[in-house]
Amino acid sequence: MSREGLINAALLAGLVAIPLWAWAGDEPFTITLATRVAILALAGVGLNIALGLGGLVSLGHAAFFGIGGYAMGILASHAQAYDPIMESPILIEGTKLMPVIWIIAIVAAALAAVVIGALSLRTSGVYFIMITLAFGQMFYFFSISWPAYGGEDGLSIYLRNDFPGLNTLDPIQFFAICMVLLLLALWFNARLAQSPFGLALGAARQAPRRVETVGLSPFRLRLVAFVISGAITGLAGALFADLNRFVSPAMFSWQTSGEIIVLIILGGVGRLCGPVAGAALFITLEHFLGELSEFWHIYLGLLLLAVVLFARGGIIGLLAGRAATHD
Amino acid sequence: MPPARIPGRRFVTIILFIEQVLNGIQFGVMLFLMAAGLTLVFGVMGLINLAHGSLYMVGAFAAAAVATATGSFLLAIAAALAAAAAAGAIVEIVVIRRLYARDHLDQVLATFALILIFSEGVRWIFGSFPLYLDIPAYLSGPVSLPGGIEYPRYRLALIGVGLSIAAGLFWLISRTRLGVRIRAGESDREMIAALGVDISRLYTVVFALGAALAGLAGALVGAIQSVQVGMGEPVLILAFVVIVIGGIGSIKGALIGSILVGLTDTLGGVLLPEVFRLFMDNSAASSTGAALASMLIYILMAVVLVWRPQGLFGGTA
Amino acid sequence: MRMKSLIAAACMAVAGVGAASAEGKVKVGMITTLSGGGAGLGIDVRDGFLLAAKMAGNDDLEIVVEDDQRKPDIAVQLADKMIQSEKVDVLTGIIWSNLAMAVVPAATAQGKFYLSPNAGPSALAGKGCHANYYNVAWQNDNLHEAAGGYANSAGFENSFILAPNYPAGQDALTGYKRIYDGALAGEVFTKLGQKDYASEIAQIRASDADSIFFFLPGGMGISFLKQYADSGLDIPVVGPAFSFDQGILQAVGDAALGVKNTSQWNKDIDNPANKAFVEAFQAEYGRLPSLYASQGFDTANLLLSAMDKADIGDAEAFRAALREADFDSTRGDFEFAANNHPVQDIYVREVIKEGDVYTNKIIGVALEDHSNVYVDECEM
Repeated sequence: MSREGLINAALLAGLVAIPLWAWAGDEPFTITLATRVAILALAGVGLNIALGLGGLVSLGHAAFFGIGGYAMGILASHAQAYDPIMESPILIEGTKLMPVIWIIAIVAAALAAVVIGALSLRTSGVYFIMITLAFGQMFYFFSISWPAYGGEDGLSIYLRNDFPGLNTLDPIQFFAICMVLLLLALWFNARLAQSPFGLALGAARQAPRRVETVGLSPFRLRLVAFVISGAITGLAGALFADLNRFVSPAMFSWQTSGEIIVLIILGGVGRLCGPVAGAALFITLEHFLGELSEFWHIYLGLLLLAVVLFARGGIIGLLAGRAATHD
Repeated sequence: MPPARIPGRRFVTIILFIEQVLNGIQFGVMLFLMAAGLTLVFGVMGLINLAHGSLYMVGAFAAAAVATATGSFLLAIAAALAAAAAAGAIVEIVVIRRLYARDHLDQVLATFALILIFSEGVRWIFGSFPLYLDIPAYLSGPVSLPGGIEYPRYRLALIGVGLSIAAGLFWLISRTRLGVRIRAGESDREMIAALGVDISRLYTVVFALGAALAGLAGALVGAIQSVQVGMGEPVLILAFVVIVIGGIGSIKGALIGSILVGLTDTLGGVLLPEVFRLFMDNSAASSTGAALASMLIYILMAVVLVWRPQGLFGGTA
Repeated sequence: MRMKSLIAAACMAVAGVGAASAEGKVKVGMITTLSGGGAGLGIDVRDGFLLAAKMAGNDDLEIVVEDDQRKPDIAVQLADKMIQSEKVDVLTGIIWSNLAMAVVPAATAQGKFYLSPNAGPSALAGKGCHANYYNVAWQNDNLHEAAGGYANSAGFENSFILAPNYPAGQDALTGYKRIYDGALAGEVFTKLGQKDYASEIAQIRASDADSIFFFLPGGMGISFLKQYADSGLDIPVVGPAFSFDQGILQAVGDAALGVKNTSQWNKDIDNPANKAFVEAFQAEYGRLPSLYASQGFDTANLLLSAMDKADIGDAEAFRAALREADFDSTRGDFEFAANNHPVQDIYVREVIKEGDVYTNKIIGVALEDHSNVYVDECEM
């Protein structure tokens, strides 16, 4: 096992062990924090497919995160009010069943990613960054001013959704669900990176011309990566909404996009477990610095600057050496 | 229940329309001040700067502080220019300089970090409440234009200032020594260094110039809006839309893009609810129209990019 | 992570959480906005609340304050933390309706008390009301309804009304229209966060309005008032207190002078509780108290009054004690309607200048003993 592999294993083991330890010690809030880490890490794993593998700097992934959240919010709010979503031509009812919600969140986010990706990927570089940012803003403004699902007030779901055979209101059981999904996504990500598709995508990032000469379309490769990336981030959004039992336009805000990128960078771009390390650090910082000072954003900013300027591989890069940095 | 209402007047007169066009242009030229700096910095140094909105905020706060202390609007504007330029130069020397050789991702991140530092820093110094900055007496009140249009004098002045600065920038870039260097820097960075131009000083100057323009916009707009922490980010995002539409690196594109965005946003906000009123009741039309109008400029941007992925006046970025 | 839990455990040992169930003790978790935009409101609510606690000197009251950064997900996270690890009995402090909607239903469902010092969304007043939820400020529609009442008494017949396009904005216009009897010269929804009102002002100019009602909280209101003052129009303007409060008025300046606004509190309301509050607040913090500070102060006093009468361990008795609202409110008479929202007078204030400071004075009562329209929808 490589050094990075060891670090990854230790990281994931830690993320499982801490909530278990908190569970034994009856510290439910620590479990909630760990759940948050797992969900944000999942969103980061999603973005990392576009960012790390594909080299696509999307500053609009909040759109997919929010779509996942609203998929959950809309389905669950109809189910809790026993009010069908539509009656004609076919009857569609809400649901409180997590697996169904996840599938719908994934499909909805993927569809949005197809449209946004097809338009945005016509551009590259800094244009791409800005156009994805603008698409995110579009969803943000739409969600604020569309009154049907709460507008800026958001949607409250009174009870967490159901998973067959589990009590999702128990923090440790909900954590288990999120952790399993995170591990599945990490496994998928690792397989994807080694697959012919992943290799072609990496090649398209480094030398698009060469990919074209062997008959592959960089545009298609990137679009597929963008859609997979959006879909996973959408799933994370649905889980995040379920963790909070609440969804609001804040999920669509450009700060959310920024934060998902931040945690990837903190952890290390293109590193398999970069998002996990980044999310863990981000939540810990938020928790500690927030208690330390009202102006904790200053310290967060300084730390971020330091990482970008002096520790480009993020935490994992720092620990594992500069084996596989981006660029 | 209230009694039945007489529906209000629902037509758009010619005078109202002209006034709205002026408003759109005024909004546009202020956006131009922001967009010009962003697009220059990108064109010359290849840097994407999210913290440009923070410089806008710095300008507004400096102006408000000086206006409160001295009572002079002109001094306040001078302070805004100086403070934003100084902040820009310092940030360039301490942080930005290290980012030119980096990829866009690092630039996004580092400047995102700068936003956090600037916003909380300003709040730490000035507190959480908005500051006071007002327009001077000699620019307040309305002025009568031909055709019976009453239009605020200050907004007219803003249009004038914005257009003169645009003209000044064109002159600077096409006719002066600095402009030659800037254009050279845009086309071939190594070459001008080889020619003996102090490239790092050039970069600092360009960055400070962009910052000063942003600070000026912040002070000018702050006088009719509110001076508060976080005021820069919404404008920043609009400025991004502008330069994407206009073509990154192009001052001309930034000007045309700004006016286009200003007009679309202003006229869309007025006309769309009117259109919806044709087939919806009043409140529903207002809120649906407003919802759609808030997305309009992003739709405009998407349309432009589908049509011309490099923006209207973009070269090969 | 590990470190965090160790520290948390140490803090809990020091704070004596082990004895949290001790007779008469009440632990309050305050979640409010202390950083970022809108921090001024949260700081005032906190300061008002802490001032009341300090003046009462009741050792049984323990308060934990946390910053929600005005983000709903952070607020939910803090509520979970306060309920799960701090084990508080009462939650309070939230400023914004959307954050309240994210936190309150879950908190009351877990048997905690929630005292609202600011937000009063209609969902929590009507079908979503709860025996453990008490609003000590107003139902969101109240001040807008009062503005409609003032418009009637001032003889306005053709109002131009505007608000941002989001739920609170839509409720504001509905609230105004509910009481106001005249016609509408126009009804406009602006973008949330919009700072330029040239286009709306042009529409007002083109209409034949005899009055303007607006609800534009925070920076939006500052921008609107400054631009309106500069437009040369002099149609009377009325709005709820949010755009005319102590923290904000100084940034609006002369543009606000003479504008009428509606509020359930002002610093010149003549009663001993209010006098003591205004003096103590100035002495403690060196600034004039705001509406939000008065609401924080009243919220703490309501809680203290209930603590004197009942033990929080006996939820039924504590609810009864809260419902009596037996405390000296800074706004004079105060009682709860059947849905635990205030029944109170709402005043009309005018913006004036006292020396160098912009402030308000009361010029009349807009609505007397005003309750809210959602009472009938609430089944408790």
